[in-house]
Amino acid sequence: MSWEPVIGLEIHVQLKTRTKMFCRCENVWGEEPNTRTCPICLAHPGTLPVPNRTAIEWAVKLGLALGCQIAARSLFHRKNYFYPDLPKGYQISQYDVPVASRGRFVVPGPDGDREIGIVRAHLEEDAAKTVHVGGAAGRIHGAEASLVDFNRGGTPLVEIVAEPDVRSGEEARRFLQLLRQTVVELGISDAEMEKGSLRCDANVSVRRAGEEGYRTKTELKNMNSFKFVADGITAEVERQIGIYEAGGEVVQQTLHFDPQKGTIAPLRSKEEAHDYRYFPEPDLVAIEPPEELVERARAEVGELPGTRIRRLEAEVDFDLAYGLVTSGRDGLYARVPGEDRRAVANVLMNQLAATGVDPAAVAGDELGKLIDARETIPRQAFLDALAASADDGFSAERYLAETTVSDASELDPVIDGILAANPGQVEAYRGGKEGLLGFFVGQVMKETQGKADPRAVNERLREKLSA
Amino acid sequence: MAPQTSEADRTVIDTLRLTAEEAAGLLGRGEVSGDELVGAYLAAIEARDPELHAYLHVEGERGNGVPIAHKDVITTKGIPTTAGSKILAGYTPVFDSTVAARCKAAGLPILGKTNLDEFAMGSSTENSAYGPTRNPWDPERVPGGSSGGSAAAVAGGLAPWALGTDTGGSVKQPASLCGVVGLRPTYGTVSRYGIVAFASSLDQVGPLTKTVRDNAGLYALIAGKDPCDSTTVELPAPVVIPEGTDLTGVRIGVAREMNEAEGIDPGVGERVNEAIRLAEELGADVEETSLPRSVDYGLACYYLVAPAEASSNLARYDGVRYGHRAEIDGDLTALYSRTRWEGFGAEPKRRILLGTYALSAGYYDAYYGQAQKVRTVIAQEHAAAFERFDVLVSPTSPTVAFRIGEKAENPLAMYLSDVLTIPSNMAGLPGLSIPCGLSEGLPVGLQLIGPQFSENTLFRVGHALEQAIGFDYVPERLT
Amino acid sequence: MAITREDVLHVAALARLEIPEDEVDTVRDQLGAILEAVGKVSELDLSEVEPMTHPLDLVNEWAEDEPRPSLPRDEALANAPDPFEGQFRVPAVGG
Ligand SMILES: [Mg+2]
Ligand SMILES: [Zn+2]
Repeated sequence: MSWEPVIGLEIHVQLKTRTKMFCRCENVWGEEPNTRTCPICLAHPGTLPVPNRTAIEWAVKLGLALGCQIAARSLFHRKNYFYPDLPKGYQISQYDVPVASRGRFVVPGPDGDREIGIVRAHLEEDAAKTVHVGGAAGRIHGAEASLVDFNRGGTPLVEIVAEPDVRSGEEARRFLQLLRQTVVELGISDAEMEKGSLRCDANVSVRRAGEEGYRTKTELKNMNSFKFVADGITAEVERQIGIYEAGGEVVQQTLHFDPQKGTIAPLRSKEEAHDYRYFPEPDLVAIEPPEELVERARAEVGELPGTRIRRLEAEVDFDLAYGLVTSGRDGLYARVPGEDRRAVANVLMNQLAATGVDPAAVAGDELGKLIDARETIPRQAFLDALAASADDGFSAERYLAETTVSDASELDPVIDGILAANPGQVEAYRGGKEGLLGFFVGQVMKETQGKADPRAVNERLREKLSA
Repeated sequence: MAPQTSEADRTVIDTLRLTAEEAAGLLGRGEVSGDELVGAYLAAIEARDPELHAYLHVEGERGNGVPIAHKDVITTKGIPTTAGSKILAGYTPVFDSTVAARCKAAGLPILGKTNLDEFAMGSSTENSAYGPTRNPWDPERVPGGSSGGSAAAVAGGLAPWALGTDTGGSVKQPASLCGVVGLRPTYGTVSRYGIVAFASSLDQVGPLTKTVRDNAGLYALIAGKDPCDSTTVELPAPVVIPEGTDLTGVRIGVAREMNEAEGIDPGVGERVNEAIRLAEELGADVEETSLPRSVDYGLACYYLVAPAEASSNLARYDGVRYGHRAEIDGDLTALYSRTRWEGFGAEPKRRILLGTYALSAGYYDAYYGQAQKVRTVIAQEHAAAFERFDVLVSPTSPTVAFRIGEKAENPLAMYLSDVLTIPSNMAGLPGLSIPCGLSEGLPVGLQLIGPQFSENTLFRVGHALEQAIGFDYVPERLT
Repeated sequence: MAITREDVLHVAALARLEIPEDEVDTVRDQLGAILEAVGKVSELDLSEVEPMTHPLDLVNEWAEDEPRPSLPRDEALANAPDPFEGQFRVPAVGG
């Protein structure tokens, strides 16, 4: 009987507001340590938080994109625990009345839609950054130590808690990529996992297909790329299945995935006793988002990536549709005319992607002309044209003017030279190794810097070799 | 009181008598310079503070305004701020609290920082890590607390006026015990930004002064919305400096439980009743009323809500960014736990443990949650009373100043001295304490409570009674 | 409910207060006495009453998202017990 993975994701999205959540220090990444702090985000005695209006609006916007209810009245709470990256000794977060709750996020897959329930999306402040120094390899002699940089401390986060509806590591990756694309399109976050502006933890358990209720779950942390999320969850699912099939029991614990080794190890936990003593933050008043604020946010939420994938899937296959949307290229795809939609999609996802040009800056109909003509112009001319397609005033004309070399009078001298230079291969071909034809074609293309028409070259080569 | 004049016919500044209003007059008329005024107070501090120990730090700023003393929970940029705790020894703020900034902007030079119960937790100023303050009326007795240093400084002529903070009665009660005027404002009318936090939903800054008019003047200067404190509001009406003694039409309620509570000294009850009769003579309508649950449950409610918030507010003292850090080779948890045990005194530790317990899993609903509901009940009971009355009167403290050490060993007995100031504080209401005479040669305080934003009424009634009572705020032993 | 020695040690651990062994019982007795007194609040049936989360019913107090200058780093670290290379040094975390 088969096993069913049960995966609940917890995602932190760092908002790219100009200032922090509760003070007006700049919210920037990569500055010198402790150069973006003030008495408030250093928790000096007597300081008080003042919420960032934009962060609240963006949390509402994200909540709406996740199909959530926006709370008519929500509160901030204090989550109390001690850690050097938490200067007040508590994190200002939300508890029983978050900004947004009870939503759904549709994740299209090759075999149909999967609807992932959203428990809640709430606002909170980020912790500071600690780096480990000292010890054997460290810069400080003797004792090990950590250094705390409060630049990141107090920057705004939206924490999204999903229902345990995800069923595979692959599905988790897709959920996360679509969520990323969504927040990027909303313009509220860079959502870069490598930089930590998008973070994902996963609660993983497995159960027998058809089994009611849930078994013991483990929490996977530190998966800082989409691939690691997929690999980490897959590895943990296999680990748990292995334990059950060996007649063992899964232990509830927090785990760390090591992408290099592909292994999973227990993580030392923050507090021996988790008792956060939540209570309403007395330094802050309730949030009651005004109607016009919510409506403005609603108006700014466009068609979601998942929906667009479903729409495009009819024209190209799922993978191309998924690729176009999650790479932000489907906008350009729509602007490019052309009968062969798959060809358009392929060029956008391959050759054009390789050039690294900004899809938004490309003129659709000019690109359309290029793609139609790609068979009849030299390969190199085609690639040069793509690379230039984002330049302003770009016109396909010049590149379309370049035509391929196809008439015998130009090709024969080149071909004869190559045959003369490779007698051995000619012998072998004539002896039946017809696979060598590709070798000769390659040589001709090289000789003509890709300007030769492959069909013509094939023809002439066959004639001459069988002569 | 006009300043005395010496043979040399130059103004002698009698800091024991001089009110802030008179001091401003002397400065305004150029009869004394700012330096002379500050100098007079520094001289008084030098003469009497070794005995009283009202100050933790004397700054002696020069300036041309009426100088002021700040309770040492009021953050002052570049001037040490300790909250009376060892855990903040050596801490020098890099920013100003909003009230300190407003006083600075008004040109009030800082005389110094006054003593207090550690983190404003106490009713006698004996809980200061830096030693107790003594009562100017009797150095064997406490000045009350936690703003005992500010109250003693004003009563002892060491400052013309001062700021304190009031969470459960920490301005009203010391004002009462030192024979000065103390206001605990409506919650939200004075900024808490830069006030070392004790219990965020209760803390308010309030003035301690010799007269009600001075008190109104200082309140006007510090009150009003602050963008740095989300819990503040703009005053619905400007502060009116009170004049006159007519109380015609003022409806005064006398809550039975607040005036007949057990533990009220007979002498205290008599002075308060005399004041109530004076109010009637001035035209007020006086009637009995009742606040049964507010008085019965107020104390218990307070000692759950305040410690719970304190346990969280005091979590930031971990020896990482500022303040005391224990000398210990050990892991982080060991460092935290040793640092905090060494740095905090007995009372803060007691309240941190109590508050942590009241918030911890399994106890929240029975303790903190229930206490917040009791608060609602107390607020409703007061709101009902203020449909019939403009002001409620009672003793501020059940007793006059008690002896140093008398209650030090018994926290619960100490807590009882706030039993009459706490209920209205739980409801976020303003209260004014004015001296209404002596008992056993020690000052008795009359507490006037009003609805939210009724400070002008409290000042008006307080001023009228102050005139009628004619209390001499100069301690006899110092004249 | 009486507070036990274990309760005291658990709460002390949560609050990061290292109570010396020989003081634990005294602390328990004091907390016990206070808890008995404050337990009075449970006499009232308040199932129908809303808790007061704030003395004033204010809503939507927030600030515009406009940066203000941060502290110079030396001021940020001025009060630090153990500054090191522009950062706040503590014993190894997670240790
Ligand atoms: Mg979180
Ligand atoms: Zn800041």
